[in-house]
Amino acid sequence: MGYPHPSHPKETVVLSKHFGDPEARTYAGWLKRGGYDALRKALGMTREALVEEVKASGLRGRGGAGFPTGLKWSFMPKDVVKPHYLVCNADESEPGTFKDREIMRWTPHALIEGCAIASYAIGAERCYIYIRGEFTEPWKVMSAAVDEAFANGALGDNVFGSGKRIEMVLHRGAGAYICGEETAMMNSIEGKRGNPRIKPPFPAVAGVFGMPTTINNVETLAAVPHIINQGAAWYKALCLGNPKSTGTKLVSVCGHVQRPGNYEVTMGTPMRDILYDMCGGPPPGREFKAVIPGGSSVPIMNMEEAEAALFDYEGVVEKGSMLGSAGMIVMDDSTDMVYQIWRLARFYAHESCAQCTQCREGTAWTTRILERILAGKGKQEDFQLLLDLSENMTGKTICVLSDSCAAPIVSGIQKFRSEFEAYIAGAREPALVSV
Amino acid sequence: MSAGAGHGTGHGTAPAEEYVPVFTGAARARLDQLFTKYPTKQACLLPVLWIVQEARGWISEQAIGEVADVLELTPAYVKGVVTFYTMYHTHPVGRHFIQVCTTSPCNICGAEAVVKALLQETGCRELGATSPDGRFTVIEVECLGACGFPTPILVDDDFIENVTPEKVKGIVQRYE
Repeated sequence: MGYPHPSHPKETVVLSKHFGDPEARTYAGWLKRGGYDALRKALGMTREALVEEVKASGLRGRGGAGFPTGLKWSFMPKDVVKPHYLVCNADESEPGTFKDREIMRWTPHALIEGCAIASYAIGAERCYIYIRGEFTEPWKVMSAAVDEAFANGALGDNVFGSGKRIEMVLHRGAGAYICGEETAMMNSIEGKRGNPRIKPPFPAVAGVFGMPTTINNVETLAAVPHIINQGAAWYKALCLGNPKSTGTKLVSVCGHVQRPGNYEVTMGTPMRDILYDMCGGPPPGREFKAVIPGGSSVPIMNMEEAEAALFDYEGVVEKGSMLGSAGMIVMDDSTDMVYQIWRLARFYAHESCAQCTQCREGTAWTTRILERILAGKGKQEDFQLLLDLSENMTGKTICVLSDSCAAPIVSGIQKFRSEFEAYIAGAREPALVSV
Repeated sequence: MSAGAGHGTGHGTAPAEEYVPVFTGAARARLDQLFTKYPTKQACLLPVLWIVQEARGWISEQAIGEVADVLELTPAYVKGVVTFYTMYHTHPVGRHFIQVCTTSPCNICGAEAVVKALLQETGCRELGATSPDGRFTVIEVECLGACGFPTPILVDDDFIENVTPEKVKGIVQRYE
């Protein structure tokens, strides 16, 4: 449902069914809503059968990369000769994205159940849930729910009498966007600076504490109990676009729409339906100008592209951007694109871990060049300079933070060049004082 | 573990008053509990730093020394981690710490006006500075992950959504 709004008829409400219902937060309330049936069922299955079921569902990573979940699980060693770990990525920090927060606030047991099933499937006895430091409320709700799950035997040394051991530890982040990157997250859990690691080795070979590790996003794991309960075929059939994108997706919509919130749609739903029907269109008297569809790290779409796109992994790529985390930032005609692109570049400059030169220097210099343009001191050469820097920031670093900074800059110049020109020509009042 | 026994405690600074260790009594028990949750002592570093900040409001050089002692790390290593993460305070802050999201999604919905109103209402002269009465420190933060509820702010551990300049006065009054 489009929390905090009532459910819209065009939504497909699976994960968000109990958003806004405080009773669903408790263990007893969750049982009443069918909770933990999937975990009991999973414990009666073999590990291999579980992995196959998730593979067959077509579920793909909901954190942004869209990697097939069952395939990721299958990379874990079959024999457990050393400890295996599950890490749940609850570091939700991608600007525009606020879906995992609602899952943890309203349905903590859905996440715990998904984590427990995944832990069993990959042969892990311990799961770390990495929750960003700023999420004080989700932390409290999750802490209480984990305690209840242990007290009721859904976690612990002998889960529901199955003889299986599944422990869960909540780990609090401390303010670093980069820790949402999976290898940085592993370093952060180990008590280190959150610098991403070079891959290979991949986490399934040497992850947290050097042990085989699987890292999944909150929304991905919360979807798993539904797949186990209702079957892979049911999940796979939730598809309106490309058959490679199945299931439902929480779309966080923010910015200039009448009803911002989290909407849950079947993969392949037209973006138009989300923007106009569910979210109610732009504020009165305004028109949409641009959409960043997948969190701030993906290319900006103009409205021609956005209104023609189907909302799934392939559909958004076809129209020049990426589904990412499905955090949709909507901008209307009151938006100064140059200013907002500068603000995004400043974000990445602030969040760069500074390991790689291209990122450390590139994010800082693009920010300063954009500042210069906003101060009315830009030059024609700045276009090429920004594009050259962006080129050097793409595909050349350990992680994709610098690529993410380049994406809005390059797409912004391509699609909204006249707004840059206006500042450079002095046709527009400087938005920043001299730098 | 006595303060000053470990490497680097009080290093390079004249201690104005004697450092009282954090990890005694209940905090020590929490530490021992943490050791059971991670396979290495080093991995307890982030949660241990949170305990220090909860107890003292910030993480001093002496506290870094104590943390290094209890986790068998060097103070330089601990400091490297402390300074990587923006939520650990390396200097004292006001009694109430206010973090305002100003990243793009909130920015286009008016977050900068919320910052101005907060600076004015709290008497903090600039971002990062503490108000003369010691009550508040206000900083801008990057995306708080509640973009559908602009502008979200964090006052200490209270997450407040949909803040507008008009609401600022009422919010500030709630904190002594």
